[in-house]
Amino acid sequence: MIDKFVADMPAALAGIHDGATLMLGGFGSVGMPNQLIEGVADMGVRHLTLIANNAGAAFGGMAVLLQTGAVEKVVCSYPRSANSTLFVDLYREGKIKLELVPQGTLAERIRAAAAGVPAFFTPTAAGTQLGAGKETREINGKLCVLEQALFADFALLESWEADRFGNLTYKLAGRNFNPIMAGAAKTTIVQTHNIAGPDGIAADDVMTPGIFVNRVIHIPYGDPVL
Amino acid sequence: MPDTLTPIKSLTREQMAARLAQDIPEGWYVNLGIGAPTLVANYVADREVVFHSENGILGVGPAPGANEVEPWLINAGKQYVTLVEGASTFHSADSFGIIRGGHLDLAVLGGYEVAENGDLANWSTGANDAGPAVGGAMDLGAGAKQVWVLMDHTTKTGEPKLVERCSYPLTALGSVTRIYTNLAVIDITPEGFVLRDAAPGLTFEDIQARTGATLRRA
Repeated sequence: MIDKFVADMPAALAGIHDGATLMLGGFGSVGMPNQLIEGVADMGVRHLTLIANNAGAAFGGMAVLLQTGAVEKVVCSYPRSANSTLFVDLYREGKIKLELVPQGTLAERIRAAAAGVPAFFTPTAAGTQLGAGKETREINGKLCVLEQALFADFALLESWEADRFGNLTYKLAGRNFNPIMAGAAKTTIVQTHNIAGPDGIAADDVMTPGIFVNRVIHIPYGDPVL
Repeated sequence: MPDTLTPIKSLTREQMAARLAQDIPEGWYVNLGIGAPTLVANYVADREVVFHSENGILGVGPAPGANEVEPWLINAGKQYVTLVEGASTFHSADSFGIIRGGHLDLAVLGGYEVAENGDLANWSTGANDAGPAVGGAMDLGAGAKQVWVLMDHTTKTGEPKLVERCSYPLTALGSVTRIYTNLAVIDITPEGFVLRDAAPGLTFEDIQARTGATLRRA
């Protein structure tokens, strides 16, 4: 019988290694797999690259992981936080590298990786510092830059509901980067608030098909906190 | 030089937002940038305008009352919001497909500088004290059908923010179509800046004196 649920954190995070690239779902504090990220911090792995929209707030999983010094590089669109200078301090001290990517390009690079599209042209960032050094082409009268698909070793996600096949749903603004990161990593690990009933999630309600998901752990921690 | 100009009465942020909101037709899909542009939502009155948020929402409503907060519902500025009738939620790639795919009628953005050819600089002053951050600004600048900028006409020290060419790092090329400032409404045309409306009591010459490129009469 297929059952992607794992019993505990070590089983969920098994295989995460020094030098791994991790995708982290979430936008702000909503849809963020905080407990999985704290689990990674507890493992003591080093030299990690994180791919996420933000680079942590004053609290939560990313803040914990950044504080351990385990993160070598962050790929994100908006590393500033209204209530924390943690990332910015590390960046200014030269202790962490940053690849700044426009948010839509970040999302599309992730979707492209999951969809088997190795690269694509986009008008976003053409003629700007963030497009500098990239191959350009004028397409239908618009200057475009070539962007590469963005892969990871592991994706850590948060869902609202999951069934044993790894089918997922999300709640409201909790969807964000989670569904597109599923499938862009070699191994996709999900923490879910709720476990679906015995019949699983109805086919029409599935937001992420289970084929993209490898492991699920049930962590009903409650509502996100801003 | 700007210091020697006669002091003039300019619009407040709320008045600027209200002025811009007047020009949004019913039925438009609109993204409001973080900061002053967010105020525009307060002034569309009874017109049905659908507000988009980059983190995956169409149909963003006003802030909830203290007892009505839905913790799973924030906007791109990471503030609690509500949903209006007809709202939908979706993932980030669809959200930016909406932006980049030219489906949004309008993006209202803040700005450091706008050039007479429509170039926008609004993501970086080049100084990295706070660390660089871009968010969705470049996608909105490149993708929306119309890009309107809501900003003060000059810097705090009186330097023009409407210029011949941007000196700050660019956000998007040639994409701004109109600018709403505390002094004026200015269109960007193939010929450059065109004055469409001035704050009460201001003349063409008042606006030109505070603009860093040639202004044309409508």
